[in-house]
Amino acid sequence: MKVRLLEIAFARSGDKGDTANIGLIAFRPSLYPVLVQEVTAERVKQHFDGICHGEVERFELPNLRALNFLLHNSLGGGGTVSLMLDAQGKTFSTALLRMEIDIPTELLEPRQGDPPRPIG
Amino acid sequence: MRKPIDQPAWRFWRTGSASSSLFEAGAGAAVLDPVESPGPEERLEAEDAGPRGERVVRVGSGQGFWGDWQEAPKLQVRTGSIDYLMLDYLAEITMSIMQKQRERSPDAGYARDFVQLIEGLIPDLMASGVRVISNAGGVNPAGCREALRLVLERIDLPRRPRVAIVCGDDLMGDLDELAASGHELRHMETGEPLSTVRDRVASANAYLGAEPIVRALEQGADIVITGRSTDTALTYAPLIHEFGWSAEDWDLLAAGVVAGHINECGCQAAGGNSLVDWRQIDLIVPGYPIIEAKGDGSFVVTKHPGLGGRVTWATVTEQLVYEMGDPEEYITPDVIADFSTIRLRDLGGDRVRVDGVEGRPRTDKLKVSIAYHDGYKAIGTLTYAWPDAFEKAERADEILRGRLTYLGLEFDEIRTEYVGAGACHGHLAGPPLEDLPEVMLRIGVRDSDRNAVAAFTREMAPLILAGPPTVTGFAGGRPRVQDVVAYWPALIDRRFVENKITVETQEL
Repeated sequence: MKVRLLEIAFARSGDKGDTANIGLIAFRPSLYPVLVQEVTAERVKQHFDGICHGEVERFELPNLRALNFLLHNSLGGGGTVSLMLDAQGKTFSTALLRMEIDIPTELLEPRQGDPPRPIG
Repeated sequence: MRKPIDQPAWRFWRTGSASSSLFEAGAGAAVLDPVESPGPEERLEAEDAGPRGERVVRVGSGQGFWGDWQEAPKLQVRTGSIDYLMLDYLAEITMSIMQKQRERSPDAGYARDFVQLIEGLIPDLMASGVRVISNAGGVNPAGCREALRLVLERIDLPRRPRVAIVCGDDLMGDLDELAASGHELRHMETGEPLSTVRDRVASANAYLGAEPIVRALEQGADIVITGRSTDTALTYAPLIHEFGWSAEDWDLLAAGVVAGHINECGCQAAGGNSLVDWRQIDLIVPGYPIIEAKGDGSFVVTKHPGLGGRVTWATVTEQLVYEMGDPEEYITPDVIADFSTIRLRDLGGDRVRVDGVEGRPRTDKLKVSIAYHDGYKAIGTLTYAWPDAFEKAERADEILRGRLTYLGLEFDEIRTEYVGAGACHGHLAGPPLEDLPEVMLRIGVRDSDRNAVAAFTREMAPLILAGPPTVTGFAGGRPRVQDVVAYWPALIDRRFVENKITVETQEL
């Protein structure tokens, strides 16, 4: 089934010059391989089409169940030069969490001992 | 049997599933177990917070940038026990601002906040023995200490505080010599030599590591003021000093760097800016992070009990990935740390254990942070109200651009954003809603010609009376023309810088 990354992961983003970095973290270990498989550098580049004007690099951090993305040439020249409202890429984190990916349904199902399903 | 209620991860899960935005994502909302519950060993350790017989050094984070919350360092010192207080004031842009202040007044060029803070905190620091390490010196550590002297000499203390300054990072006066001796200071990304912008350079500082800070602590300094030290060194220099780590204990130094990375952004590791559970975390009076380090390089991230904020695997992981490049190559002046080796264990009770960190030998280069003048910019805003708020803002943009053309004005860059209608996420936010209550039009221009930018600032206000209706939000007057100070990262031979470093301690 399709889910938004927002439902299975969280993220934080920042800047280094004109490059935005996004760290994407799986909520639980069993979801990390899905991120590795689905959230490729190519898909992220495609997702940020028109926003990221350079290359997208991806680094894997299984120890933190996280992926780190570098989105080059994305901040209008970087911190002090940029005319962008978000010149430091602080909101790129949730922009990535808008992405929809395919995920095996059983990974979303409650496991024994899980708290009750959220209401609404 | 494990008791879920005792486990912080469980707590996070429950509060998260109750109302966190992460779980309100609509259909298919997943039920998620965000963390492997800590095993019995870890819980044993959690209960046994103070390791038996093993020395622990506590380094508290008090400031994450120039402008951070001034109460945080006071709370670190007064609410519980720490051994060291680190205060980070410097970002890439900060050095050039301080350089500009120093050009106007030779006594300026450091973080004034710091002097004010220490003035109020010095009796507590002297009574508790907490030592302070800060890069508040900016481009003028000596000036910072003089300002401190003026305020401290009026305060009666049981003994005079010893204040060290670390100098030698400032390369402004060496640029010509460097150029003459073949140091091109090429831009790390574009590869261009510094000579292309040499006449516009505003500041040039090498990032220094922990060694000079350790020297200051050995000299008995109560307060260490540096210029452009790395943010992470402010946290691990005291660990080197306390545990006697050698300059080639790469794994221990790398562990120190990880601790420093967690501390360097203030509250960001303790629940600030956290996507997880942001509704539940009490951030009114938050505790900032504290590193409880052991001599073997393992440490626990925590905060003072009784204060707000939260330390969980989630808040620490968010901070670990913040501003991360290649995680296996976190390069510092002292060591290359490998963030892919970090092991985290959430112990519960706002305690996260970190160990397993590995490092590799340092390089023979230091990074130099150079700021140079790169033209001018101005940004203006106007707000349009319902009905058709977005359309009105679009129309105003069209009119403004038409007038700029009419006046023959061109810019290197002009950018329009609609705040409230996709300024942050662009097309990813989808089309603007039809019935928005208001939209803020935000237009920016950038150019090497100051006059052109100044002319733009005069074209915003006329839209109030000679533009689309129901406009407001112009009380601030004309937009300000700002100097653009751009950033030029380069590398330099470490020997050139290391020969210039001085560390000097005085009683104030």
